[in-house]
Amino acid sequence: MMSFSRIRAVFLKELVQMRRDRPTFAIMIMVPIMQLTLFGFAIDTDPRHLPTAVELRDDGPLTRSLLASMRQSDYFRIVAQVSTDEEGERLLRSGEVSYLIVIPENFEREFVRGERPQILIAADASDPVAASGPIAAANEIARRAFAPELDRLPKRLRGAPAPFEAVIHRQYNPAGETSMNIVPGLLGIILTMTLIMITSIALTREVERGTIESLLSTPVHASEIMIGKTTPYILVGVIQTAIVLIAARLIFHIPFAGAVWPFLLAILLFIFTNLMLGYLISTVAKTQMQAMQMTFFIFLPSILLSGFMFPFAAMPVWAQAIGEALPITHFLRIVREVMLKGAGFAEIRGDIWPIMAIVTILALASLARFRRTLD
Amino acid sequence: MSAELVIDVKGLTKKFGPKIVVDHFDLAVPKGAIYGFLGPNGSGKTTTIRMVCGLLRPDDGSGSVLGLDVIMASAKIKERVGYMTQRFSLYEDLSIRENLEFIARLYSLDHVADRVSASLKSLGLSDRQKQLAGTLSGGWKQRLALAACMIHEPELLLLDEPTAGVDPKARRDFWDAIRDYAAEGVTTLVSTHYMDEAVQCDRIAFIAYGKKLIDARTADIPAEVGLHAWRIETPQLDEATHRLKAAGGYDVLARFGAAIHVAGCDRAALERCVARVSGLDDLQVEEIEAGLEEAFIYLMTGATDNFANGLEARGGQ
Repeated sequence: MMSFSRIRAVFLKELVQMRRDRPTFAIMIMVPIMQLTLFGFAIDTDPRHLPTAVELRDDGPLTRSLLASMRQSDYFRIVAQVSTDEEGERLLRSGEVSYLIVIPENFEREFVRGERPQILIAADASDPVAASGPIAAANEIARRAFAPELDRLPKRLRGAPAPFEAVIHRQYNPAGETSMNIVPGLLGIILTMTLIMITSIALTREVERGTIESLLSTPVHASEIMIGKTTPYILVGVIQTAIVLIAARLIFHIPFAGAVWPFLLAILLFIFTNLMLGYLISTVAKTQMQAMQMTFFIFLPSILLSGFMFPFAAMPVWAQAIGEALPITHFLRIVREVMLKGAGFAEIRGDIWPIMAIVTILALASLARFRRTLD
Repeated sequence: MSAELVIDVKGLTKKFGPKIVVDHFDLAVPKGAIYGFLGPNGSGKTTTIRMVCGLLRPDDGSGSVLGLDVIMASAKIKERVGYMTQRFSLYEDLSIRENLEFIARLYSLDHVADRVSASLKSLGLSDRQKQLAGTLSGGWKQRLALAACMIHEPELLLLDEPTAGVDPKARRDFWDAIRDYAAEGVTTLVSTHYMDEAVQCDRIAFIAYGKKLIDARTADIPAEVGLHAWRIETPQLDEATHRLKAAGGYDVLARFGAAIHVAGCDRAALERCVARVSGLDDLQVEEIEAGLEEAFIYLMTGATDNFANGLEARGGQ
């Protein structure tokens, strides 16, 4: 029934049309670059010069040297000096400052005695990306600030552990999702957005331009059109994947801890699933405009309910159910587990089969929807 | 008709919602014939052609095309039929050659490149093969479309207003090509608005409001229509026209050079009308046999555009 030569005919035709449609092709390549740049800024450029309040209950050479070091680090910009906890608290809550650093009473004396006094760093972690860099830096800054003093200390107090303790309070978002999550997640978002969009007009465009009439008057089968029309874009998806992965490695220094082959397999499967999802839209949409709207209808939950933006576990059950039905949810888990946690095939198997189930349903639904007549 | 029938359908009916676009349509087209399909816009011509080539599923009716069941075997029918759509429906962003190669591959033809080259040559498209179809003029697009629907050497050609918007020279070339195919035994069903094209058909079916009104050999059409005609000659043609129009009672009034032909189905009314021109200078009035021209004008003007049923216009026009 199904003829390879006809699939090839449709495939070649789509390839030529894709090549001729330079703007669309360019956009599909530009989207990953643009998204990486946009989202990348939030990750790569650690936020600097964050407004900071200090509450000094002690004063002395150590404290002054600490403040000087903080100013030099350009993570912190000391904008206020407060005298009470309440005042500091108010500044932090109102967002006037992102950090409140409290040097306790008798800090200097306890430090010299080796009693490991505490420095309190209260961080507004409601934006975890903004909070993580400075928090990580704070400890190091303090250690360096005290280095000259440390040399003067009795030997028993030098070396690890540091003769002070930085106590960090992440406020408003104790979990503090790591920024590492975003770039792998972007891979899923980019593939979803561009690939669904491009195949969502696969048939719609033929209908709008009237070419469907010529196409359907030939003996070509529904399945041949479907495969021939979607496969050229696998190539596009692979190029996009390569761009994101290379950028993840070279620009954002994101590790790739897991197994490569299962990962590539999952990517190919996910690319094909998105193409099928777009193709199903194109069997339903009557105009390219409708196709775009339906694409966004898929796209929104893909961003919001997939775990890309918000932690999946924190969502209500109904939202999780929707998320589970989206291929991207499973794909994001695979990407994060493989890239960041070093998972192999055994760990991602549980997310591979739902994608396979989804793509099968999509393909069958597309074929059921497709009419070989103009009715 | 003893000849083998290439199209033999009965009672074809198509509804779009509540509108009956084609209503119990019978058609019998013998092998090798050029069958003309006439009717006003929206009368159901395109819908009928689409049903014959399997692009639309009839709601009722039955029959065979090329000996294959018109409803059950539409996939097989498609392999042996060439359908040229009313609106250019090849890919404007593909070149002429790419379009033809694409279609040739869809028919699983062998030696695609050679076939396409031969086809390009016979239609005089060789020099333009790398040109994008979207940049072609109407006449060249039509040639390309014909080449595309002939590439698999179909036994039946279905042409839906193939020469709409094409210049006279290109139209003549086109019809020469159709007659060549007919001589090779290819059957053609062609819908048209042009009288000079209709005359070239062996047989004509006239359709209006989805119903077939006339189906006859082209030469028999005037008799089928049942027109009576008079020829009026006088130097005072404008005055004569004025009087005839004031009198009414005719169905067709047309000038042929220095004469006026009036024709109508109601003989008595027509005689009364003609009587009104008496007294003009050098008047010559004679009854003539109604010709194809009068018959076609009668048919084409008698039924105004059937846009009440105009769903056929979907995607076309």
